[in-house]
Amino acid sequence: MSVTETEEVGAPDEGARTSAAVRDGLGVGIAVGMSGLAFGAAAVTAGLTVAQACVLSLLAFTGASQFALAGVIGGGGGLVAGSVGAVLLGGRNALYGMRLADTLRVRGWRRLLTAHAVIDETTAVATAQHGRSAARAGFYTTAISLYLVWNGTTLLGAAGAARLGDPEAIGLDVLGPAAFLALLWPRLTAGRSEVRIALAAATIALAATPLLPPGVPVMLAAVAALPALIRRTEPA
Amino acid sequence: MSVWVAVIATGLGCYALKLGGLVTPQRLLDDPRVRRFTELVPVALLTALIAVQALADGRTLEFDAARMAGLGAAVAALLLRAPFLVVLVVAAGVAAGLRLLGL
Repeated sequence: MSVTETEEVGAPDEGARTSAAVRDGLGVGIAVGMSGLAFGAAAVTAGLTVAQACVLSLLAFTGASQFALAGVIGGGGGLVAGSVGAVLLGGRNALYGMRLADTLRVRGWRRLLTAHAVIDETTAVATAQHGRSAARAGFYTTAISLYLVWNGTTLLGAAGAARLGDPEAIGLDVLGPAAFLALLWPRLTAGRSEVRIALAAATIALAATPLLPPGVPVMLAAVAALPALIRRTEPA
Repeated sequence: MSVWVAVIATGLGCYALKLGGLVTPQRLLDDPRVRRFTELVPVALLTALIAVQALADGRTLEFDAARMAGLGAAVAALLLRAPFLVVLVVAAGVAAGLRLLGL
C-alpha cells in the first residue's frame, strides 16, 4: 500500500487509528442502518410493494432520495417528477465523491462498486479519520455494515409495516442527526472557519426549507463552502 | 410510468451521480482552492442535513421538544468526550424517554 506524505511511515498509532475507524464505521452502519425500518414501513404505507421497497434500498442506497420518492408516491404526486426530485437529492453524493476520490484511489471494477457507497454516512466516517488508511478502513466498514443493515431493516420494516409501532417512540429520528453531529464534532471544535461554514450552511438550509422542495435546501447549503474557492489559499 | 420504472430509474440516477463525483478528473481537483472547497463541502452539507433532520418536517419547520432534547443530550455527551455509541444511545434514550412521559 502506498503511503502519502500526510501519513508517517509505520507510525505506531496507525493500528489504533484503523481500529478506531472500524469502530466508528460499525457504529454508524448499525445505528443509522436501523432507520431502514422506518423507510421500509414508510414505503409500504405510501403504496410501494415490499419488493419495490427492497429494490429501491438495494439500488438507490441513499436514504434521503428513497424517502423522497416514497413520499411523492404516497402523496399521489407524479412519478416522473418524484424520480427526478429523488435523483437531484442525491446530487450531494457527487460532491462527496469529488472529496473522496483522492482518499480512496480506486480504479476499474472496484471503483464501480465503491461508487455505490459514496453517501452521507461513509463520507462522514471517512472524513473524520486521521490518515488515508484509517479513512479507507472507516469508509469500507461503514459501507458494508450499513448496506447489510439498511437492506435487512428495509425488508423487516416493509414486511412488518402494519405491526411496527411509531419509530419516533424509540427515538429513531434522533439517531441520524446525532450520528452526523458526533462525526463532525472534532472538525467543529478544531477550526473557526469550519464553525463559520457550519453555521452558514445550517442557516441557508433552514431558511430555504419552506421555499424549496425537500432535499434541495441541503444541496444549496454547499454554497457556504464557496468562500474557499474565492479566497487565496489559507494554511491548512 | 409504473412504480417499478420509477424505482429503477431513481436507483440508476442516484448511482450515476455517486459515480460521477468519483470519476471527476484529478487535475480539476488539484488546484488548492478546489481542494479546500471539496474538503469543506462535507462540513457544509452534513451540518445542513443535521439542521434539516432536527428542525424540519418536509417543507415546514417544526420544533419537536423531545428530538431537540435528545440532540442537546448528544451535545452534552460529546462535551464530556463520551464514545460514539454512548452519544447515540443517550440521544435516542432521552428522546424516547421524554415521549414516553408524554412530551
